[in-house]
Amino acid sequence: MSIGTTKLDVVVSDVVPVNDLVTRFHFRRRDGELLPIFSGGAHVVVEMRDGERTRLNPYSLMGSPLDTREYTISVRRDDVGRGGSLFMHRHVRPGMEMVVSYPVNLFSLDLRARKHLMLAGGIGITPFMAQTAQLAAEGGNFELHYTCRTASLGTYADVLRERYGRRIRLYHDDREERIELDRLLSTQPLGTHLYVCGPAGMINWVRDRAASLGWPTETVHFEHFAAPQPGLPFDVTLAVSAKTIRVDEQQSLLEAIEAAGVDPPYLCRGGVCGQCETNVISSDGRFIHNDHWLSEEEHRSGKKIMPCVSRFEGRSLVLER
Amino acid sequence: MGITFRKETFRDDFTFRNSPEHIRRFPFPFHEDAYMYAVNIEPHVVGSRGSVLENLIDVDEHYVAEMQDRALVLAEDPLRCQSLPHMTLAGWDLLELLMEQQALGYPEHFTLTRDGDRWRWINRPLGIDDTFTFGDTSTLPYGPMEYITRQSQGDFCILDQRDGNLWMDAGMVTTQADWSLDFDIGMNFFEWHAPVPLAHEKGIFVRALKFLTNIQQGKPARRLNWTMTINPRLDTSPENYHKWGPDRATVTPENVGDKVHLRVELQSFWRLPRSNGIVFPIRCYLIKMDELVTQPKWARRLHRVIRDLPDELANYKGLTRYRPALVEWLSKLDDGSATSPGFGPD
Repeated sequence: MSIGTTKLDVVVSDVVPVNDLVTRFHFRRRDGELLPIFSGGAHVVVEMRDGERTRLNPYSLMGSPLDTREYTISVRRDDVGRGGSLFMHRHVRPGMEMVVSYPVNLFSLDLRARKHLMLAGGIGITPFMAQTAQLAAEGGNFELHYTCRTASLGTYADVLRERYGRRIRLYHDDREERIELDRLLSTQPLGTHLYVCGPAGMINWVRDRAASLGWPTETVHFEHFAAPQPGLPFDVTLAVSAKTIRVDEQQSLLEAIEAAGVDPPYLCRGGVCGQCETNVISSDGRFIHNDHWLSEEEHRSGKKIMPCVSRFEGRSLVLER
Repeated sequence: MGITFRKETFRDDFTFRNSPEHIRRFPFPFHEDAYMYAVNIEPHVVGSRGSVLENLIDVDEHYVAEMQDRALVLAEDPLRCQSLPHMTLAGWDLLELLMEQQALGYPEHFTLTRDGDRWRWINRPLGIDDTFTFGDTSTLPYGPMEYITRQSQGDFCILDQRDGNLWMDAGMVTTQADWSLDFDIGMNFFEWHAPVPLAHEKGIFVRALKFLTNIQQGKPARRLNWTMTINPRLDTSPENYHKWGPDRATVTPENVGDKVHLRVELQSFWRLPRSNGIVFPIRCYLIKMDELVTQPKWARRLHRVIRDLPDELANYKGLTRYRPALVEWLSKLDDGSATSPGFGPD
């Protein structure tokens, strides 16, 4: 049984440039009703009709979960990506009708925590916008450390400072400011949970240091969507549906499967949730695994692939789809 | 219109009965003449009119009597309702879900009006009319989960989702088939399922957990489970085993039709929006053999299912002692003719 998400028909109610790289998009329901309530850390998958292509990209909801008159997302322009963020920046205008998924949360707060310690890097700030709003409304104990390249690229740093004052600490790369991570992690009260969202290097650094300093893995939470990477085109046989398809350079394997009229389940489209996991029937070539779902052993086995983010180079690939 | 609520008991004199309409809407759980575990999960969508699936949260003629029985259980044993400190937000989520669904399905019995955080809830069958502030526990006579589950049929487990697992961190459990919330509270999915035979070997729980942790908002799912109970007793808990366990030795060929009940659980699974938890309502339906065999197809099929049930399952479900008497009684109603496919009566 496929358990993709329910869809919401929305209209773009506002488009707000935030800085040189980031633009914020507001959505309301077309029928005027309230949107579904969500929990801090949730994302929606935004459907983009880009000519012949349909792009489906996940973005964290950054508004307050208590105010569901509209959903807001912030999109960082990626000039060398596969084009989703460029589509949002160039083509999405107020009044446009779009479709987004119901919210899905793969980066949930642990409500047992006595304190929530949050570390954000760059556009990784967005899920924390919603989480801090949720916690502040409940009188929750949190502290956010936010690292950005420059003050002008510190998306929402001013908003956060105004809302939460000293609970927000800022670090600017151009001023050589760095999070003193070991000191920070060594001085937290018992019962603190750690949350990190940012570039892969930052997530790995924080997880490694936390592990070395004795933080239990259950107290370290991270959001790590992999964007599908472009690559060489390749051909795939879908055994169950008896189709042979080509995956273009700028297309993910999942998108190519969907374009052929086959609909595997999905939730995150970023290699995290595990929904689109697909069995490999046979292969002659090399897998390029980019997901965070399969184990290293499964990656080596050549028996499974996550088509949302992973690719293949070689002579033949047959999937159980 | 509206439901005529029965005056009846689930203890002592056991006056519980199903009306003829309720016999026909009983959620008979066998779609074929045999039973084995399967991950029999399907989307929880509205079903046909007059069925227990007409509304996603079902209220029936036993509502008032069940709520009275729950109050008696809680008065004797308050630990049947527990909520760990981090689960209060999920309790509000559940309160909203149950008020919305009951008011939607049964507007003649329940009314919910909202003005921002100021909510008014009218429950006519139980004579309740309360105004409270959503999110402020001090404005209700109980915590949000206890408040609304004292007014909703079925047991409710609220599961916290973290570390890729589900944790039994809150619940209201008074109509259970021999398990204990007080024992299971704080356990994860694998811990509380440890006693179930055969299913672990089949990898069922690994797959079921993967499915449940991906349940999406707005897309609830459901499954049926079943067992049998002697006398229409809702509270067959381990805590009260001394009260109901001995009943199993009282079954004779003469009283099978009156004493032996098929007990079906309609289990559903819902993602809760604010807390990202899962609520797992377990709604119990009882039907005595005399009522069930008024539908000849069900009589034939139940005979074949119970007769051919693997011994481990019969043991786990507690049927071993009276199975021979039950099979013998049912066999007289089975002429060997074929049964039509599907769950419903002919």
